[in-house]
Amino acid sequence: MSYARVVALALVGLLVAVGAARAERLIVSLSNHHVMITSNYTGVDLVLFGSVERDAAAAGRRSPYDIVATITGPRQPLRTRRKQRVLGIWVNTASRTFVDPPSYLAILSSHPLEAITSAENERRLQLGIANVPLPELINNDIGEVSNDPFRAALVRLMQERGLYGEQPNAVTFLTPMLFRAAFSLPAQVPIGSYNVDVKLFADGNLIAHTDSAFEIVKVGFEQFVVAAAYEHGLLYGLATAVMALITGWIASVVFRRD
Amino acid sequence: MQIYLPIADIPVNVLLVLAMGLAVGFISGMFGIGGGFLMTPLLIFIGVQPAVAVASVSTHVASSSFSGALAYWRRNAIDVTLALTLLAGGVVGSAGGVALFTWLRAQDQLDLVIGLSYVTLLSIVGVLLIGESARAIMRSRQGKPADLRRPGSHIWLHGLPLKLRFKRSKVYVSAIPVLAIGVIIGFIGAIMGLGGGFLLVPMLIYLLRVPTSTVIGTSLTLTFLTMLSATVLHAATNHQVDAVLALILMVGGVIGAQFGALAGHRIRGEQLRLLLGVLVLAVGLRFAVQLVLRPEDLYSIRVIGGGP
Repeated sequence: MSYARVVALALVGLLVAVGAARAERLIVSLSNHHVMITSNYTGVDLVLFGSVERDAAAAGRRSPYDIVATITGPRQPLRTRRKQRVLGIWVNTASRTFVDPPSYLAILSSHPLEAITSAENERRLQLGIANVPLPELINNDIGEVSNDPFRAALVRLMQERGLYGEQPNAVTFLTPMLFRAAFSLPAQVPIGSYNVDVKLFADGNLIAHTDSAFEIVKVGFEQFVVAAAYEHGLLYGLATAVMALITGWIASVVFRRD
Repeated sequence: MQIYLPIADIPVNVLLVLAMGLAVGFISGMFGIGGGFLMTPLLIFIGVQPAVAVASVSTHVASSSFSGALAYWRRNAIDVTLALTLLAGGVVGSAGGVALFTWLRAQDQLDLVIGLSYVTLLSIVGVLLIGESARAIMRSRQGKPADLRRPGSHIWLHGLPLKLRFKRSKVYVSAIPVLAIGVIIGFIGAIMGLGGGFLLVPMLIYLLRVPTSTVIGTSLTLTFLTMLSATVLHAATNHQVDAVLALILMVGGVIGAQFGALAGHRIRGEQLRLLLGVLVLAVGLRFAVQLVLRPEDLYSIRVIGGGP
């Protein structure tokens, strides 16, 4: 936190020195761009911080700024299934395939979205979970389905797992120019590259935006196990089998009673 | 103490998983079974995906049955010929089971089939065990001598061709039912993540009339061999074996099994079977309730494919 503040202040200093051609510029960074999964990994907390830099053209602006940050995880195909009672038991009877929805989706903002901009802008700029496209596979065709209960279920289940979420007051302005937002990634988020899209609003209009990214990677032993299991399945299976034999043999020697 | 499971992709409490291994190991040592039918549901309950649970438990069962089989080997209580004949069927069954497992996972019906299989199998075996042991207990209460007749009668199974002589067990029986039993156990084991010891022992006793002196050792040998092949097959096709999870389970399991075996010696055979019957039936009913009750959420999601 204090680290974030120091870096952010340094950034501000830098920006003041450099100056900018446009009215407003947005500079953001993250507390960590390279999250490593090790054996004691239980999720991670990250801080997004940034500053608004403005030149003389914008100096007269009085109205406060608003920030909307959208964090999108790696995309992966997902199936939503619905159970129905068949002959007294509950069976998955219907399903929809979603084409590459984000595995993680967090929308952090300085105010509720409806207070920041118009509904029209929200739709156009794909702000908020409701406006993020989640296309489905329909008879070899790809399209959006409006009022789809499967889409609603997908969003609800992802929210319950802490993977999708809107946090309307997560972004706080430390000064009128300097903001920070903390967010956490639960342990079950997939590895891969995460995109952070930050938009700056004033008077309900988008005036600047920028991108950042971070990566979640498995390292060391975890990475070794995963790579072995997927790339050399047979060898991995044989090694696991040998491990089972050795453990069983050790046990029978240690606990030998005859 | 949390540890991140690389294949299951979730962090779990090591001590909790170790305790589960100990508890299930205790039960398996006490009853002379692998304990997969208890371990798989427990893992699913703490949030491990069914596919990873089934695949990893097969490794765990391989290890615990191997340590058991070694003890019987030293006492020369294993019929190797019988075990290898059963295994020939078992490998075929395992391959079929792993293939069906893969197909069901793609069809979104794996959880249902695992649930249904547990209900059917455990209820039947539980009721049979309770009935048989209750009759034995009644008989001994009434002071009648235990039934000395060798169980099972001369049924059509014994008239089949391709007769083989299993010297250690002193049985002379067709290879066809032996192979068939192997196929069934291998198939069920691969799909349900259990060794099938609690199915195999009664089958060997009642259908093949294998004497009690070799039945447990032979069953443990087969369990260990089929579960070992299931581990390799699951790892090579589904990539769902979590070696870290399996190792924690093994360590707890083999230690628990030793104490369970000690406890098992203090209880009489029919009472032990009654207890096992109640346990098996209870797990079966637990699965039945889950299938019949309206789920809290009718919707569920699953990532398709699933790579590293």
